[in-house]
Amino acid sequence: MSIAKLQPVNMETMPTDLADLETWFDRRLDEKLAERAAAKVPSLAIIATKGTMDMAYPPFILASTAAALGWNASIFFTFYGLELLKKDLHLKVSPQGNPAMPMKMPFGPDWLKRINMPIPNLVSGNLPGFESLATSLMEQTVKAKGVPSIKELRDICIESEVRLVACQMTVDLFNYRQDEFIPEIAEWIGATTYLGEARNADVCLFV
Amino acid sequence: MENTLDARGLNCPLPILRTKKSLNGLQAGDTLKVVATDPGSLKDMVAFCSQTGNTLLSSQQAGDDFEFLIRKA
Repeated sequence: MSIAKLQPVNMETMPTDLADLETWFDRRLDEKLAERAAAKVPSLAIIATKGTMDMAYPPFILASTAAALGWNASIFFTFYGLELLKKDLHLKVSPQGNPAMPMKMPFGPDWLKRINMPIPNLVSGNLPGFESLATSLMEQTVKAKGVPSIKELRDICIESEVRLVACQMTVDLFNYRQDEFIPEIAEWIGATTYLGEARNADVCLFV
Repeated sequence: MENTLDARGLNCPLPILRTKKSLNGLQAGDTLKVVATDPGSLKDMVAFCSQTGNTLLSSQQAGDDFEFLIRKA
């Protein structure tokens, strides 16, 4: 910062004694830093790499909340994360290899809804349609609890100007076409460009 | 002037997102009453107001509902 940009100082109030000058300078510096901090808009940069329904929530919830707080928020979708930007969302959730996922009924009496019914991988992995069943149960639970759907959260992010950027390399890698994705994607970029953006963010998360 | 947002039955982060949206339509100094059932909103509303400069005039529980009164900055 150049000297010329400093606020003019009232020379009358400048201390002449060296010790006083030191104290005065510290106080001025604190004031300046506080002024800067107050004027700064916080920013959030999220890297979304997962394409399942359960892992779609964190990026969209955090980004939409940041936007509501007045932050600048962006999400970089890469690898399976690109699924979250498809025009037609068909996100699934699987208990297979997901041992922390509770298996609970979304309906019925309260005592039944509390019971966890872990399904062995042998069953969940081999029973046709099990993934669809688990996904449908999760969707019903989400709705019953008043938690928004992924589509709803994504729309809120778009509306609140969260910057959605997508990985160009992934499109080529998985033979996607850009027209399979929502038109609200701000840019198709690579790691170099996003890191440049993330570097300046106050909060950077990898999901 | 009384503006009310009914956020009952909604869960995180919807009460905060809807509050923000409702505040957008108001003038500085206007107040907004928010009614929510999400217990998380008790702490979230405090955090939201302190970070956005809006004033949380009151926060109280009425039965299963949580009622907040916010003055727009």
